[in-house]
Amino acid sequence: MAEPDRRSSTMSLNLEFDVRRSSFTLHAKFDCVPGETVAIIGPNGAGKTTLLKAIAGLVPVDDGSIRLDGVTLDRASSDDFVEPDRRPIGMVFQDYLLFAHMTALENVAFGLRARGEKVAEARRRAKALLESMNIADCAPLRPGSLSGGQQQRVALARALAIEPRVLLLDEPLAAIDPASRHELRANLSAQLRSFGRIVLLVTHDMDDVRAIADRVIVLDSGRVVWDGPVTDDGWLPR
Amino acid sequence: MTDARSHRRHERLPRTAVLLAAFTVVFFCLPFIGLLWRTPWTRLLDVFGDSTTRDALWLSMRTSITAAIVSVFLGVPLAWTLASIPFRGRNIVRSLCLISMVLPPVVGGISLLFSLGRSGLFGRYLDDWFGFRFTFSSWGVVVAQVFVALPFLVLTVEGALRQADPRFSEAARSLGANSWYAFRRVTLPSIRSALIAGTVLAWARAFGEFGATITFAGNYPGTTRTLSIATYLSLESDPGRAMVLSIMMIVISFVVLVSLRDRWLSPTDGARR
Repeated sequence: MAEPDRRSSTMSLNLEFDVRRSSFTLHAKFDCVPGETVAIIGPNGAGKTTLLKAIAGLVPVDDGSIRLDGVTLDRASSDDFVEPDRRPIGMVFQDYLLFAHMTALENVAFGLRARGEKVAEARRRAKALLESMNIADCAPLRPGSLSGGQQQRVALARALAIEPRVLLLDEPLAAIDPASRHELRANLSAQLRSFGRIVLLVTHDMDDVRAIADRVIVLDSGRVVWDGPVTDDGWLPR
Repeated sequence: MTDARSHRRHERLPRTAVLLAAFTVVFFCLPFIGLLWRTPWTRLLDVFGDSTTRDALWLSMRTSITAAIVSVFLGVPLAWTLASIPFRGRNIVRSLCLISMVLPPVVGGISLLFSLGRSGLFGRYLDDWFGFRFTFSSWGVVVAQVFVALPFLVLTVEGALRQADPRFSEAARSLGANSWYAFRRVTLPSIRSALIAGTVLAWARAFGEFGATITFAGNYPGTTRTLSIATYLSLESDPGRAMVLSIMMIVISFVVLVSLRDRWLSPTDGARR
């Protein structure tokens, strides 16, 4: 993949912020452009999930700013703060956090309904998404009766349903048993390729990075210690 | 040998517990058995058919259900605030809101009388400005019932909200739900069992309310003489009637508790971890 010009593009996600916690300070400074899938790796407690939460608006920044396509989502020095429900950002959480009292279809339709879409239209689009992921059969089932892989795909469909401009994935394959991980990884990779927008993927698994990402950022103790492309020969920082 | 002994030791505790449990059940049942034994069953139809009984029953049902509904509308926001907004003096606010649970109901009634009663600090303005009085009004009964029943709902719901995983609400927010939508569609369904349990407890407390009601709202047939007040009053003049009315209250409460028990203990708790 050609090296995109990250600075000049107006269609980009620009991060330069600090989130301070008692135990560490996350200092994030990098930009992403559409079509790019960025893997975020690093040891536990490096601030990976906090990074995603800040972008999603679930954690306010303490310094600096977050900008998407020229619009400020969060700036510490002013009152600029776009609420999480107003951000064009979808997130797949660790453990998926599917709503247990809703069916898979209702889970996927949730974001559309919350954004004021009519029931029939929300259900139609949710159904189409489930079909595109080959889990149409799961539509009437509650998350409790879905397999890990099915839950993962429902969670992905739920995040994609709102047609986000940025997709955040927090360890999407960590809860999957090794036997089905390979297939799900290929599946996820295909979905993300057709998504074509900015993807940030937090993972522990180097196989995920090689198969899915085209750029890798290493976080350690809240700091970016490596930022570079995933090369064809699969070389990664170690 | 030592294995067998330690095994036996482990068994001893549950057996003691079961015996104690059985004793407790007997303790709960004895009063009912005594009551059932002495109740003049031949008067059943006659007491049920009496219009004053029907008035009292209807009033009790009406006011206690209203009180339960009011408790939900007032109690859920309060429980949510206490559970999720850390503010200085939160424990004091919580204690203030729960105090009527441990207070003798008569004391609650007296407090209500001197605040919202006809010549009370605030009640006089209700009378002066709107010509409205709680005294001898069914709304007075509802206020007294809410005052004593609300803490049961707040306590139950707040406990459940504290245990609910906040990340589900975050997930809802990230999908485009404002905080109210997320609360209504994700958080509230996830504590459904606790909400039902709290509502039933509040209703039961309101249904049985006596002290605060008679002190604050009075004892007027048709408007403030609830079933529990009617029962107490007949104890002096006509004990047989009091026993029949007691049986009536026991049966109603028992049916409600039994029919809702399975619902609120069902494991369909939504987004709880």
